[in-house]
Amino acid sequence: MTAETVAPPPRAGTKGTPPPRPLAVRIWRNYAFKRIRQAIFTIWFVATGTFFLARLMPGDPIDIMAGRLTESGMTHAQARGIAEAIVPYDPHASWYVQYLEFMTGVVTFNYGNMMTRPSTEVTDYIMQYLPWTLFSVGLGVLIAVFVGLGVGMIMAYRRNGTFDHIMTPIASFLAGVPNYLLAAAVVVIGSTWLGLFSFANMRGRLSPGVETGFNMVFIGDALYHAILPVFAYAVTITGGWMLTMKAATTEIMTEDYVMVARARGLKGWRIGSNYIGRNAILPLMPQIALALGTLIGGAVLVERILNYPGIGGMFLESINQRDYPVIQATTIILASTVVIANLICDLLASRLDPRIRLDDTEA
Amino acid sequence: MTKALLDAPPEFDKPASTGRLIWNGLTRSPSGFAGGMIVLFIVLLSFVGPFFVDSTLPTDTSKIWNGPSAEHWLGTQYQGKDTFTILILSGAQPIWIGTLAAFTAIFIAVFLGAIAGYFRGSLDNRLLQLTDTVITIPQFLLMLAIVAFFRNLPAVAVALIVGFTTWPVLMRSIRMQVMSLKEREFVEAAKLQQLGAARIIFREILPNMAGFIFVSFILAINNAIYAVVGLYLLGLLPITDYNWGLMIQEAWSQNAYLNSNALPYVLAPLTMIILFQIGLVTLGRSLEQALNPRLRER
Repeated sequence: MTAETVAPPPRAGTKGTPPPRPLAVRIWRNYAFKRIRQAIFTIWFVATGTFFLARLMPGDPIDIMAGRLTESGMTHAQARGIAEAIVPYDPHASWYVQYLEFMTGVVTFNYGNMMTRPSTEVTDYIMQYLPWTLFSVGLGVLIAVFVGLGVGMIMAYRRNGTFDHIMTPIASFLAGVPNYLLAAAVVVIGSTWLGLFSFANMRGRLSPGVETGFNMVFIGDALYHAILPVFAYAVTITGGWMLTMKAATTEIMTEDYVMVARARGLKGWRIGSNYIGRNAILPLMPQIALALGTLIGGAVLVERILNYPGIGGMFLESINQRDYPVIQATTIILASTVVIANLICDLLASRLDPRIRLDDTEA
Repeated sequence: MTKALLDAPPEFDKPASTGRLIWNGLTRSPSGFAGGMIVLFIVLLSFVGPFFVDSTLPTDTSKIWNGPSAEHWLGTQYQGKDTFTILILSGAQPIWIGTLAAFTAIFIAVFLGAIAGYFRGSLDNRLLQLTDTVITIPQFLLMLAIVAFFRNLPAVAVALIVGFTTWPVLMRSIRMQVMSLKEREFVEAAKLQQLGAARIIFREILPNMAGFIFVSFILAINNAIYAVVGLYLLGLLPITDYNWGLMIQEAWSQNAYLNSNALPYVLAPLTMIILFQIGLVTLGRSLEQALNPRLRER
């Protein structure tokens, strides 16, 4: 108790008026600037990592292509010659020349052409798959976060009530189920065993004959084909969010300012949204962004099980064919998506939450 | 009352032993107890079960994809082998690879987390930056790329790769715990006695986190099994042994999941993995409640 009444000795630069610092130093140490630097560093790190990882692996795109050509009856030398002519990759070029060329591509968003289909641009190819993954994963996360946060808050409000006692085991049950196995179970039980729906019609991203465009037929069909993946993502992450939100809300509810708000006679919903909800959700925002990264990675499995042609299957295919530019571009684009989502979340959180300092004190 | 006060050891020095807390937490929470039993049951089934089944498994082309019968409880698979026997033989590998992977992840996380949390300063900043960087990389993609490139990996290498890609989140929570523990009185006392940093970290601070580390380990097994089974399911790991992930992969790659006679071959491993994961999570969460005093008092 006495410890609180004795003020700690002020540290230089944190208490009182801080000594003025040069503008450049202030910008350099600014929280937002720090985070942006860090995000750029991360993207560079991932880019460099995938570049070297790809080249350290046994076999290069020419080997793979030559291997496929020998299967069609050519001699090894013939196949090798043709493969070297087709594949736009020079295995003899030194690594730093390749690296420089590659990094220039990263900075200018130009990843060149594919190695396995030399006439197709890498970015065009990825763009055929990426939106579908982002769409299904994003929708799943959105549903899970809304349901999870809402239900979690109610669980905390009615702590030890019937609702809480029913939902808590369900939530930890859901948190334990791997999304791709849930997807498999839904298909096997729902479609093959019970015949509730036809999985054959739901495979793929669109029904045959449906054109891409902003109309009801397209949107409806896209949603129909995405139901299973979205369900798998949403259900498996909702449980975790319920528990997290319940814990966060319970913690906030014991804070003094909530007591004060109650004492002031504010209405229940106002306390719920302005005082508790906002303060409970804010610290969770970075976690929501991180969850996105885990999910995008895990999408490979869900998409494989559900035959949903997103980025996952494409990535696997390009690894098998050692299509370096596609592998690199996919990894960089996905990592950047996650890094930028994180960055936005952190910056937003620091805007909304005064406890995260924007100035140049220690991070 | 006074007697109890006299008997009670000073609270900051010796909290109740971790083993006691774990036991109390387990027996007090029905869901945690059930989770523990499920985990124990599946582990026994997978490691002791193989001694009791006939592992010769003859192929029999006249019995391809037969439904369940008295002779074959869960039917037969695409080579006419008994599904139930395969199910029993298939559990050990994912469980031990997952455990080893979790062990690797925890080891790295505890080591780096303790150093970062204890010393702080620029070392801490560097390590935090490293975790921030690794955390944002979609981990499964990274794992996938490494595993897919190096075909024919031995199981131990798979476990190490999974461990090396899943440590960052754990490292952060361990760092936070170390940071809070090192402000306690017993660490001050150890510092006053001029004990070395290594001794303070490993003998004074980490034993107090044993419960927390144990819970993290249990939850890490969960993540590792997700990854390991997933890699088998994608057909990326060498086919050496019977394995739950492989069972699902076989059913999927041969489109057997559309054949209702083949359903036991998919559903049996699915049920086992899902049950095991749920068991681990409920076990882990109720232990967490038992071991985390902040949660306990509410």
